[in-house]
Amino acid sequence: MTGGAIVIWIAVIALAIHAFRARPGSHSGRHANYLILGGGAIVPTIVLTALLIYGLAPIPALLAPAPEGSLKIAVSGEQWWWRVRYETSDADAVVLANEIHLPVGEPVEFRLESPDVIHSFWIPALGGKVDMIPGRVNRLSLTPTKIGVFRGACAEYCGTSHALMSFYVRVEEKAAFDRWLMRQRATALPPSTPLAKRGQASFLANGCGACHAIRGTPADGVVGPDLTHVGSRLSIGAGILPNKPKAFVHWIARTDQAKPGVLMPAFGMLPKADIEALAVYLEGLR
Amino acid sequence: MSETAEKDQSLWLLTASPTFWAAHFLLCYITAAIWCAKVVGLGGSLASARVAIAVYTVLALAGIGIVGRVGYRRHSHGNATLPHDDDTPEDRHRFLGFATLLLSALSAVAVIYAGLVIFFFRSCY
Ligand code: HEC
Ligand SMILES: [Cu+2]
Repeated sequence: MTGGAIVIWIAVIALAIHAFRARPGSHSGRHANYLILGGGAIVPTIVLTALLIYGLAPIPALLAPAPEGSLKIAVSGEQWWWRVRYETSDADAVVLANEIHLPVGEPVEFRLESPDVIHSFWIPALGGKVDMIPGRVNRLSLTPTKIGVFRGACAEYCGTSHALMSFYVRVEEKAAFDRWLMRQRATALPPSTPLAKRGQASFLANGCGACHAIRGTPADGVVGPDLTHVGSRLSIGAGILPNKPKAFVHWIARTDQAKPGVLMPAFGMLPKADIEALAVYLEGLR
Repeated sequence: MSETAEKDQSLWLLTASPTFWAAHFLLCYITAAIWCAKVVGLGGSLASARVAIAVYTVLALAGIGIVGRVGYRRHSHGNATLPHDDDTPEDRHRFLGFATLLLSALSAVAVIYAGLVIFFFRSCY
């Protein structure tokens, strides 16, 4: 891409130098016509054809089912976050949110869906974007080949905070991935400090559990993201805030400032100490 | 062909090639959609739909080729000089012929781009 841009840039500059320095004065009309026809029609057509073929060629493999026994992950795009369900073969599914981990070198099949409006699932470093359409399940199969953290985003305008709907993908060794999935499958760590205990009590008392689940506690809401291990994520609020107690405070007290139009009410009316306790509790849910 | 006959300067021929392209585009989509949704289902083979699309593509290109040729002939007709912007029937004639030819070239490229897909997709996913 950069290479192509540099070639075009050099060609244009070379032409400009040719026209103004090397051979000023009038040029033959015939040659100028060839330049317009070639540079304006023929070369772009050839380049676009090559790019089209280059872009079409990998698509069938991305849409085909992954081999039998591959990891299957259902991802649901919801205004404006991601519900992630690991459909493991041995036991029932593990419901998570806003972050995806993948074992390197292993094929994975995403099943993409949406309960509200059209979203589009896109991890530029790993594969093409695929729309998430209400009432349909679209498939995306790929095999990550590099270890690292990649950013994904929603690539189809889906409402006010569409631009604030991202996530991180961590590709890691199979062993590390298995350990991660085992920890994610487990129920939440009980709070250990008095502050965190107060946070848990506040979470249950203020109705957060009507929308959020924290497995292992009475909170079992399914409207918003599962928070069982929210403290283990690389970010909160679907890729928009760092996973730090301060960011939790901001999110809980001024949710609609962090994400305009958000479908979670702001809880700024809670006592400050409660909000801070909530933040410490949630950040500790590793 | 009389150079001044009004029917020869009608604008309709100009729209013929883009119309072939639009019809080809729609037919390709509709065929693939019905084939995948009603006939073979998800994961089924696209084979017959690909043949149909290949046929549409050949037909559309043939139609565009004919229109382009007629345009070229009209453009070559007469000896009005460039640029064809005088308000004489001859200029109009050559201008419309040339525009028809250019639109035919554009439509042909667009039809090929749409038809290209059948070389890559073998099944309904
Ligand atoms: C009406 C339902 C509702 C209630 C009540 C609610 N939330 Fe939320 N919450 C949501 C939704 C929906 C999101 C996802 C918002 C988004 O990212 O667009 C969310 C997101 C979050 C996140 C970010 C999760 C992540 O994966 O990054 C945290 C943390 C959170 N809520 C904490 C709380 C706390 C603490 C309370 C109680 C004080 C609470 N929520 C009450 C609906 C709710
Ligand atoms: Cu979006």
